[in-house]
Formats: sequence, structure tokens, C-alpha cells
Amino acid sequence: MDFTLILFYAFGALLLGSALLVVLVRNPVHSALFLVLAFVTAAGLWLLLYAEFLAITLVLVYVGAVMVLFLFVVMLVNPRTVRTDKTFQHQWDVALLLFPILLIPFVYVLWTDKLPDLPVNPAAFQTVRGKLAGNTEAVAWSLFRDYLLPFEIASLLLLVAVVGSVVMAKKRI
Amino acid sequence: MDAMLNISTLHYLVLGAALFLLGIIGVLTRRNVVIVLMSIELILNAVNLNLVAFSRYWQSIHGPNALHGQIFAIFVITDAAAEAAVGLGILIAFFRNKETVNVDEVNLLKW
Repeated sequence: MDFTLILFYAFGALLLGSALLVVLVRNPVHSALFLVLAFVTAAGLWLLLYAEFLAITLVLVYVGAVMVLFLFVVMLVNPRTVRTDKTFQHQWDVALLLFPILLIPFVYVLWTDKLPDLPVNPAAFQTVRGKLAGNTEAVAWSLFRDYLLPFEIASLLLLVAVVGSVVMAKKRI
Repeated sequence: MDAMLNISTLHYLVLGAALFLLGIIGVLTRRNVVIVLMSIELILNAVNLNLVAFSRYWQSIHGPNALHGQIFAIFVITDAAAEAAVGLGILIAFFRNKETVNVDEVNLLKW
């Protein structure tokens, strides 16, 4: 019964609770703020998995950029009538019939598969050039040597996304 | 009870699966298009949680420098940001034409 156990259940409960509230609340601004909470607790869970660089990247990129963009768009396109509109679309019961069908493969796989425990020994920290290094150095060492081509393709993808979103949102092309 | 006291990879996978299902419910049932896009971000977050959990599991087998899951998660974050930007641009273009953000009223191709 150590502290990481309590942290896992606390972060997990917060994550699932805020994700549920994202889906259920009526006001889209509240929904966006609950999504921010979900991302921050997910970053906490990644810290428990010893992925520090990725946790900070999640908070910086996702919460700091993507959710700010979402909030701007929510402010731009949501009218005053969102308080009296219906929350769910008019085919919500048929759509929710899909949910048990989607649940079956998850339950089957997770029930019958057994994976061993996560390592908790301190020797599971990364090494760069023989010396003990942090997660950021190890991720950089792996990203810029073994995965350089996907990295460059990702930067090209971001360029395409920037051009695409500017063109889509312009009044007159 | 013993399974609940030792955190294994399976716990993170169950959490990721639950998050994925919540995202799918959000995509399928919400009326506001912006919240549908936010549920897609939830789905991608669930995928990232799975990847990072498996990266930790892979480290227990292949040594502490086997960070492939985390590299994959970096790319998923990049793609999710790009897709959110383009999706919101499309939303704004649609809103300029039809002045609504309800999925019920996206029915121009209905017979």
C-alpha cells in the first residue's frame, strides 16, 4: 500500500470523472474546461509511468494550445441559445445501442489477457552514452536518431495543417 | 482485491479502454459539433495512455532505453493538434454558411 497506488486511483478517478462530465454537461465552455482537467490528470498518470517529457508536452501542447483554440472557437460559434438547446442529438438512443457492442471486445481482451507487472526498480531509468540521463535526453536520443524520418514528416504535416486551417477559415480564398 | 493492490499494465489499459468508450459515446450522442471534436481528443488521449503504458512494459523487457511507445505518443499528440486545427477550421467554414453548430441540422445530403 504505497503512495503510487493512491496516486493511480486518485488520478484515474479524476480522469474518468472529468471525461464523463465532458460528455454530459450542456455548456460547451464547461465541457472544454473539464477536458482540460482530463488532460492534466492524464499527464499525472504519465508521470507515474515515468514519462516526464511526454507529460509536460501534453500539458504544453494539448492544454496550452489545442484547448485554447477550442475555447476560442467555442466563443466564436456558440449562440446564446445553447442554454436552452437540447444536449443530445435526436438519434441518441440508437447511437447508444452501439455502446454494448463496442464494449464486448474490450471486455473480452482485457479479461482474458494477462500482462505482468510494471517494473518499479530504479535501474529502469534511461541511460544516454553510458551515463544515467533523464527522460528528455533519452527521448531526444531516440527521436533524432532512430525516428528522424517520421519527425521530419510530422513537421511537414504541421505545415500542411497550418496552411489548411488558414485556408478553411478565410472569408475569401 | 490483490489485483487492485498491485498496479500492473492491465490497470492502465482498462483505464485507457474506459476513456476510449467515453470518447465514443461523446462522438455518437452529442449535438454540438465542437463537443464532438473534443470527444475525438478524448479518444486520442486514451490511445496515448495505452501507448505510454505499453512503453513502460516494453522497458521491462528490452531495457530502459526502449522508448518506442513514448515516441509514438509524441507523434499522436502532433497529429491530434494538427487535426484539431483543421477540424475547427472546417467547423468555422461550415458555420459561416449555415449559422448553426448542431449535428442535427447538417442534413443537406439527406434524401
